[in-house]
Amino acid sequence: MGVPISVTVNGQHRESEVDSRTLLVQFIREELRLTGTHVGCDTSSCGACTIIMDGKAVKSCTVLAASANGSDITTIEGLAQNGELHPLQEGFKEEHGLQCGFCTPGMIMTAVQLLEDNPQPSEAEIRHGLEGNYCRCTGYHNIVKAIYHASRKYKEVSHG
Amino acid sequence: MASIIGKSVKRVEDKRFLTGKGNFTDDIVLPGMTYASIVRSHHAHAKINSVDISQATAVDGVVAVFTGTDIANAEIGGVPCGWQVDFKNGDTMKEPPHPLLVADKVRFVGDAVAVVIAETAAAAQDGAELVSVDYEMLEAVVQGPDALAADAPLVHDDVPHNTCYDWELGDKTATDEAIENAEHVTKLEFVNQRLIPNAIEPRAAIGHYEEASEKYTLYTTSQNPHLIRLLLSAFVLGLPEHKVRVISPDVGGGFGSKIPHYIEEALMVWCSGQIKRPVKWTAERNESFMTDTHGRDHVTKAEMGFDADGKIEGLRVKTVANLGAYLSTFSTCVPTYLHGTLLQGLYTTPAIHIDLTAVFTNTTPVDALRGAGRPEATYLLERLLDNAAREMNVDPAELRFKNFIPPFDGVDQPGYQTQVALQYDSGNYQPVLEKALDMVDYQEFRTRQAEAREEGRLLGIGFSTYIEACGIAPSAVVGSLGARAGLYESAQVRVQPTGKVSVYVGSHSHGQGHETTFAQVVADKLGIAMEDVEIVHGDSESVAFGMGTYGSRSLAVGGSAIMKSIDKVLEKGAKIAAHKLEVAETDLEFANGQWTVKGSDQSIGFGDVALTAYVPHDYPEGLEPGMDFSSFYDPANFTYPFGAHIAVVEVDPETGKVKLERFVACDDVGNVINPMIVDGQLHGGIAHGIGQALYEGAIYDESGQLVSASFMDYTMPRADDLPMFELDRTVTPCPHNPLGVKGAGEAGTIAATPAVVNAVIDALSPFGVSDITMPLTPERVWKAMQTQTKEAAI
Ligand code: FES
Ligand code: FES
Repeated sequence: MGVPISVTVNGQHRESEVDSRTLLVQFIREELRLTGTHVGCDTSSCGACTIIMDGKAVKSCTVLAASANGSDITTIEGLAQNGELHPLQEGFKEEHGLQCGFCTPGMIMTAVQLLEDNPQPSEAEIRHGLEGNYCRCTGYHNIVKAIYHASRKYKEVSHG
Repeated sequence: MASIIGKSVKRVEDKRFLTGKGNFTDDIVLPGMTYASIVRSHHAHAKINSVDISQATAVDGVVAVFTGTDIANAEIGGVPCGWQVDFKNGDTMKEPPHPLLVADKVRFVGDAVAVVIAETAAAAQDGAELVSVDYEMLEAVVQGPDALAADAPLVHDDVPHNTCYDWELGDKTATDEAIENAEHVTKLEFVNQRLIPNAIEPRAAIGHYEEASEKYTLYTTSQNPHLIRLLLSAFVLGLPEHKVRVISPDVGGGFGSKIPHYIEEALMVWCSGQIKRPVKWTAERNESFMTDTHGRDHVTKAEMGFDADGKIEGLRVKTVANLGAYLSTFSTCVPTYLHGTLLQGLYTTPAIHIDLTAVFTNTTPVDALRGAGRPEATYLLERLLDNAAREMNVDPAELRFKNFIPPFDGVDQPGYQTQVALQYDSGNYQPVLEKALDMVDYQEFRTRQAEAREEGRLLGIGFSTYIEACGIAPSAVVGSLGARAGLYESAQVRVQPTGKVSVYVGSHSHGQGHETTFAQVVADKLGIAMEDVEIVHGDSESVAFGMGTYGSRSLAVGGSAIMKSIDKVLEKGAKIAAHKLEVAETDLEFANGQWTVKGSDQSIGFGDVALTAYVPHDYPEGLEPGMDFSSFYDPANFTYPFGAHIAVVEVDPETGKVKLERFVACDDVGNVINPMIVDGQLHGGIAHGIGQALYEGAIYDESGQLVSASFMDYTMPRADDLPMFELDRTVTPCPHNPLGVKGAGEAGTIAATPAVVNAVIDALSPFGVSDITMPLTPERVWKAMQTQTKEAAI
């Protein structure tokens, strides 16, 4: 029995019917085929599935697709605008903030909110903000630098 | 043109990952695809009386259900082990089969009993839950040493004493004598605990049989697709190799856990052949915990003897290595040839002996995990050295300086022959420790530490000077030691008519950045732009052959194969250039993508030469058209990176919590192509090593239940557990490969663990604590302080 849902994903309106047990991450990956959002665990621990939903970073493995009805969602695929990488995407590239790239979308989406809440975070604040995300490749060192890098860019953008 | 070798060129592969366009196995959907869910044992050891699939097959959407009996009836062998280690008496190791699905009894929690295939993943899961298995419980054995007890239950009925093999290396008589006569002997008994690898991408496999072409394709999260193809076709399913294609697309981290050939890979291929549709399996994290091969799990007694002057006289080691329930692909060589052979460390120890027994238990199979054997060897050596320094009241850095092997470059001075079979290629050990001491400002730290102690604060510093054997491996050498495969690498450099270059490499990149580093090498050597080079890997259909990525081998072995092909390109190019310029080849020099007639401004570019090779109108007589060269490179020796890592910690005297204040590392990985990538490899490795020291450990209860089977129960380092890492390096080139590189993928993991533990023990030295079992959780550290305080008081 399908539950009808209507959501906006990366600016596009989507309507569908989902199984009541379908997770939002399954809907995003399997139905919308936006496979940049990853699944790394079954306990809401790794953050690989993080997306922005109604302005908040959420772990899309902990949300039922049905309950996302009416929401506005941004996934990693929707972050770059007109072919321009988002400052965080840029920061991750510049500072080598990714290796295998599996945790990366979740890290970046988490960082989007982190910088939204605190545009000029300290190292400790960045590290704290990442505590819901696992990375096994980078030791977080360059992820911290990448987010710091992006925060300086934000500053340039907002303060000229 | 300035060389781009040694430059921190930004990664070519980043864009797809940053924009969500990576292509991981689970991202792939094929037409008509079905989904598999595997029924796994909840018991560590139990006889299977019967398996009832009737309810499962009745579930809406279930396409097929297969059990161990189906696999046995189809006469499918198990997944094989790739390395034979013999018993001391010459008998062959015990090699019980590891079937794709078990029919007789389950041997660990997670053992695969049946597979349910359905139209959707949800239906497959529903079906799997309804497969009913009647088990008869058996007593389980979990810890390595317990498996050797006379009354221990047998994991495999035909393997007496649960012993896969016993093994020794080194001169026993000389070592016993050295320890006997030593002025001081430092002893340590410890557990190098079992770790769970946890690449963030869970394993996945898709089998795809196409009836019309009779071809099988396997998409898999593997570090070595060609090896999987070989094992799959020649050993497991008996399929014609040319009809099997294995693709490892983007892979989300491996760390050793994606080396082995897993039952799920063969199972998906076989199932697809049965139902004639693609079948996909993706591990849930809980399955990853239970079935990704685990790492380490050694129980060791070690003794190091010193003379009055602090020189090491001998090292004696006795280890029980727990291999888990079945042999994984490289499990047998990890505790032996990747561990025993590294016990020389950086030191001149004249007598070394290791005695090792490898056992089966009712636990997840163990195989290589980042460092694989070398972390265990380094942990043992470095813990002994720091403890010895404390016992003998010598500075731990001084003790190391006293025992370092003197410098040798492997060119003018020969390599260093160890007591444990290996010959080091080149090394200069003193400078890495000197640099690291400078970086950490050692003297200042000791002053600060003394002052802090006055205030009741517990600061500690820990050292680890390590060596590893990388660039795995010279085939003839490993063959003589029991490897059932060669460990060369292949690379094909295909110059296109327009001068663009495609390079097909057998190395597989799952985070290491090969698409960048290899392209840097090719672009530099051919004098062309990096954008004109494409690195292709991970598909057995496009890449001729390869042995994959592990053992920090990709650049040292795979990069060398690329260099060989480049040499062939340049050799042919010179012939064409000489013809076009109407001079002798010897009159030409090649630089910056141009062949130039020496002493003139007459030249021809790489692109023109390439075009000529494909449009051979005006062309050297007898020369074949085209420009496409394949090479295999078999290394002459392992490579031996080394370094010095120093951890600074503060222990909370109230709670036992360890705060890692600083982590300083000076490594020597030979020449460096891309410093940014090398540093990134070190960062990740260090974090992993710190994880073992402070946080990680697989926990089984007595019945063999894996208690730590989720991220809620198994702790890994998170961002706020770690400091920024402070790195530097020295460069001692590898003398035997064309790039002079040694490998950097595992260094951090190997070195970091003992540095951190040594630092904590140093912090607790006022309490007389000499060892704490890893991981050093607040509880364990706190308890150690209490016990020792009490004992000191008595
Ligand atoms: S998949 Fe959502 S937190 Fe791990
Ligand atoms: S880059 Fe591989 S898990 Fe983070």
